[in-house]
Amino acid sequence: MRRPLPAWVDISIMPLINIAAAFVVAGIIIALIGENPLTALSIMVKGAFVYKGALGYTLYYTTNFIFTGLAVAVAFHAMLFNIGGEGQAMIGGLGIGFVVLSLDPILPPLLVVLLAIPVAAIFGALWGIIPGWLQARRGSHIVITTIMFNFIASSIMVWLLAGMLMAPGQMSPETRHFAEGVNLAQIHHIANALGWPMARSPLNLSFGIAIIALVAVWVLIWRTRLGYIIRATGHSEKAVIYAGHDPARIIIITMAISGGLAGLMALNEILGVQERVILNFTSGYGFTGIAVALMGRNHPFGILLASLLFGALYQGGAELDFEFQTITREMVLMIQGLIILFSGALALMFVPTAERIYGLFSAHETSASDPSKLGKDRQDG
Amino acid sequence: MAELWLQFVLTIDATLRVATPLILCAMAGIFSERSGIIDISLEGKMLLSAFTAATVAALYGSPWLGLFCAVIVSMVFSLIHGFACITHRGNQVISGLAINILASGLTVTIGIAIFAQGGQTPFLMSGQRFSAISLPFAEAAKNIPIIGTIYAEVISGHNLLVWVALLSVILTAHVLFHTSFGLRLRAVGEKPEAVDTAGISVTLMRYQAVLIAGLLCGIAGAYLSIAHGAGFGREMTAGKGYIALAAMIFGHWRPIPALMACLMFGFLDAIAARLQGVELPFFGPMPTDLILVLPYVLTVILLAGFIGRAVPPKAIGQPYIKER
Repeated sequence: MRRPLPAWVDISIMPLINIAAAFVVAGIIIALIGENPLTALSIMVKGAFVYKGALGYTLYYTTNFIFTGLAVAVAFHAMLFNIGGEGQAMIGGLGIGFVVLSLDPILPPLLVVLLAIPVAAIFGALWGIIPGWLQARRGSHIVITTIMFNFIASSIMVWLLAGMLMAPGQMSPETRHFAEGVNLAQIHHIANALGWPMARSPLNLSFGIAIIALVAVWVLIWRTRLGYIIRATGHSEKAVIYAGHDPARIIIITMAISGGLAGLMALNEILGVQERVILNFTSGYGFTGIAVALMGRNHPFGILLASLLFGALYQGGAELDFEFQTITREMVLMIQGLIILFSGALALMFVPTAERIYGLFSAHETSASDPSKLGKDRQDG
Repeated sequence: MAELWLQFVLTIDATLRVATPLILCAMAGIFSERSGIIDISLEGKMLLSAFTAATVAALYGSPWLGLFCAVIVSMVFSLIHGFACITHRGNQVISGLAINILASGLTVTIGIAIFAQGGQTPFLMSGQRFSAISLPFAEAAKNIPIIGTIYAEVISGHNLLVWVALLSVILTAHVLFHTSFGLRLRAVGEKPEAVDTAGISVTLMRYQAVLIAGLLCGIAGAYLSIAHGAGFGREMTAGKGYIALAAMIFGHWRPIPALMACLMFGFLDAIAARLQGVELPFFGPMPTDLILVLPYVLTVILLAGFIGRAVPPKAIGQPYIKER
């Protein structure tokens, strides 16, 4: 007998089953190419948490995924599928570049950094607003437009970095180094200065900004009027119109917030690590944000956990690269694809089975006395 | 003048070569999307089949076997897409995205495991590829002005899969608009309830559609690695699947207009390649990056309704739930 799953199973057990399925398939593929999946797993775990400085690297990747995951999640709440995080982050980085390269000769470093942070968000937001506006006012499908905008952003980056913004005397497409001190300090520098010895890692202050963003998004979505309207837009545009709001305006605002969050990802890479604008610094983190949001069920707390998982995967994957001849970082891409497949597209695959199992265990609790629950029984097969 | 004409003819020739995978993928997209299944995994399937074709051709030496296996792999991933979107009513965009990311990871991982060349496959010899087919009298025709050069440079000298791509357009147009299968397929994408009422299985129709899409993507991938190119390289599709998607939208989900869009996008690509490094007066070097981005920009403008209106099939993206 099948019973609908209680909420706690749905938000804790089901995602774990889906991730487990992804890892099992990944394990089979690793075994097929002739390596031991359990050895690979243990190296990944050690590489992500145990080795010296490993945790710092893991949290550095986590920072990227918190921003891009939140970006996708905010849009999802309004039923908008923003797969343009990649492009929005690139343009955010470009914004940082414009501010820093033009102001760092004349302003003190701290002031430049304080200016660059909001500009990253604003540039990312602009790159989100255009597809948002096109969806809201011109009816073009946001999925397609954001895909196109990723390519357009990438071309703009190539064009500017290999042209106008390219450092003089430089052959690779990148800008000059930012002035001394124009960065977000790395945590191990701060810790060492305070007298705590800490291994080197690229983890920097943008991790703190990411945590602030997590809290801010939680407050926005569940504790503000705007957040309520955003969620309402996702459920029923008609209801929103009836309540006296313009859904088109809400869509544009939501995409601005979403793009802004993606733009902030550039802080970690550009101000935290590179200290110059380089090509392809987003390296697919924008797309990973989709997996993060899916796994985190679009809730900031879930996104934090999912970001940690992906941070560990990326850092652990880098470790695999060292340890095995046959396994490279692309293995992580493969696992990521499987996770998106199982926890996104096939999210409902295990639900009927889980409902049957749950039904077996709770069969003695009579359901006849609870007609409201009976009516909710899933009708599908 | 003769030199300029030759340049032009050669550009048209290059256009056809660049457009071939776009044409095949655009037709694949038309089949899938006309049945109501969004397919952004054209890119991933093409990448997987390019890898498969090159791997099989390198290991067994037969381009035909390579093509066959490429098509099978592509169709298997179509089935995964179908299993997620049709059987389990998963989100079609998410499923497609998963396949694309999976493809990037799988091709390199397996490629390294087999060949240990950083994700590439070995260079293919001429017997392991589909080579150019010279039509009769092509050499002699070269000296005849205009018609002769067109015959020798544009029409002759393509490999088999270029012709397959062009044939696929005619077949798609025929199947879609002149057979009862095509009528049902289009109906499933517009109003699946109606097709269901007529006693035809929506599920079966959609599975058939995604399988055909898989077949065509498989040919496109094989073209890239064992016909146009001589081996597989990481990420060798480089966004072509998305350009094909754009071309399909540009062609309003119709075969002939989509073919035109593919040729236009291919032409932009060919032109950009030819103008690389050319200095313009007052302007400096030719901004070829900006030419290459035109397909994306044009598609955005089209979708926004500033030049015509692109109306997708009505039931696209929605899983069909049969009433009980």
